Amino acid sequence: MTEWFQSTWMGPALGWFVSTTILILMIALPLMLAVAMIIYADRKIWAAMALRRGPNVVGPLGLLQSFADGLKVMLQETIIPSAANRGLFLLAPIITFTVALIVWAVIPFGDGMVLADINVGLLYLLAASSLGVYGVIISGWASNSKYPFYSALRAAAQMVSYEVSIGFVLISVVLWADSFNLSTIVLAQKAHVFGFLNGFGFNPLLFPMAVVFLISALAETARAPFDLTEAESELVAGYQTEYSSMSFALFWLGEYANVLLMCALNAILFWGGWLPPVDWAPLYAVPGIIWFFSKILIFFFVFSWIKATVPRYRYDQLMRLGWKIFLPISLIWVFLVSGYLMLTRYGA
Amino acid sequence: MIQAFAFYLFAAVVILSGALTVLSRNPVHSVLWLILAFFNAAGLMVLVGAEFIAMLLVIVYVGAVAVLFLFVVMMLDIDFAELRSGFVRYGFFGLLIALVLAGELIVAGGAWSAGSLELSQRAAPASGDLQNIEAMGALIYSKYLYIFEAAGLVLLVAMIGAIVLTHRERKDVRPQNISDQVKRRPEDAVRNVDQPVGQGVEL
Repeated sequence: MTEWFQSTWMGPALGWFVSTTILILMIALPLMLAVAMIIYADRKIWAAMALRRGPNVVGPLGLLQSFADGLKVMLQETIIPSAANRGLFLLAPIITFTVALIVWAVIPFGDGMVLADINVGLLYLLAASSLGVYGVIISGWASNSKYPFYSALRAAAQMVSYEVSIGFVLISVVLWADSFNLSTIVLAQKAHVFGFLNGFGFNPLLFPMAVVFLISALAETARAPFDLTEAESELVAGYQTEYSSMSFALFWLGEYANVLLMCALNAILFWGGWLPPVDWAPLYAVPGIIWFFSKILIFFFVFSWIKATVPRYRYDQLMRLGWKIFLPISLIWVFLVSGYLMLTRYGA
Repeated sequence: MIQAFAFYLFAAVVILSGALTVLSRNPVHSVLWLILAFFNAAGLMVLVGAEFIAMLLVIVYVGAVAVLFLFVVMMLDIDFAELRSGFVRYGFFGLLIALVLAGELIVAGGAWSAGSLELSQRAAPASGDLQNIEAMGALIYSKYLYIFEAAGLVLLVAMIGAIVLTHRERKDVRPQNISDQVKRRPEDAVRNVDQPVGQGVEL
């Protein structure tokens, strides 16, 4: 597509700019739509598990509920507390939202369907997600209120702690795939186990890492049972307490976009991304993007399921899980994986 | 053209946010400007083709170090009058450090322009189509292996030292032992007693 635009009257520079802008919109707009629908799905699944009906009034089956909420939020007044640090108060939701969007640049939706196919894709993801914590910290501080501040400190410690074990999990995947590029990582999973199962998760040596990654992803996105940053029984609504209208909506959208991203990462790193689960020719007739989206949806269901069933952790238990259990396990597993690869792939 | 534009943009923002780090009155704002400076320095690294260093800069400095900075600074009880009163006292040392830094920059610039290295070698650390990460790994894990491991050891010692210095065992609290709780069976905790009416249970 870039070549086509560059071949028209626009020339190489402008053509590149126009086509990249269109590609960005082709990711960002469906993503926003997906976030709206996924919020609806989350509420429906949660309701079903609590034997409730969930949203069922706006539109058929309540499908338009998220859009009604969006409209409501847009028409509200933006309230900035007089004691708040005005500039930073407004900057925080923008950071959260922007960071949640920019990470999608390196996600491969299908074979070659990726906006930025960079060498260090996985590191880019880590870097961008480590920026995400600033939205929370800045909002907590700029609100100039005790509950948001407490929540911001919790969020910072939580995200930094779980990024450590996520880093080690990623290292074991990178070692096996021999690349930081996400497309290469997906392709390395083709016929990975027994010559016909696509996905590192089917590999008994990497399956524990997949589990650690799933749980760390819950903690990283501050979803239940690790949603201590917005534990409503202790901290009102956490760092979002002082926010209203669109600034609140940006937090909300960013949060769910991050949840979708973590689901996508689970699919890409361990369950074969856009590849079908089994390396069998007729399955490749289904477009890769459908496999990828269905994997994301399965993981999102797991996320909702966990949210509906598991009670919230206490903060010291959360820290214990991160530092005393996941960190040693993932560290030992990096050792095991690299040792195994040295023995089999590179020769002792 | 777009590269030149990007370079001047990143460089200008680095310098501007560096200056504002020093100039802003509120320490929290200072740290945030510092983060912006880190981030744009990473952008400069991408421009010279060192994408691995750029990502590490963002992950390590922006993602971890600056978060802890912000953590500490946010907890400070800021008294602006007191902050400004120390200016004369620290001004001399500040000036001294600035002079040393400026001198070192001049020396480094001189060495750079007088260096015997070929210009192409200076600009391209990776040879041929070898990727950034591979080139660095090949260098670190072969030529500089011992130095690299020594650096790792120093960090390990520092980490253990920090833990030893700050760790204190409190005798007056009863911490939760999760494995004890998980190991506990109903037989250990519950006792069925057929007690005659009117008599208490012996505990």
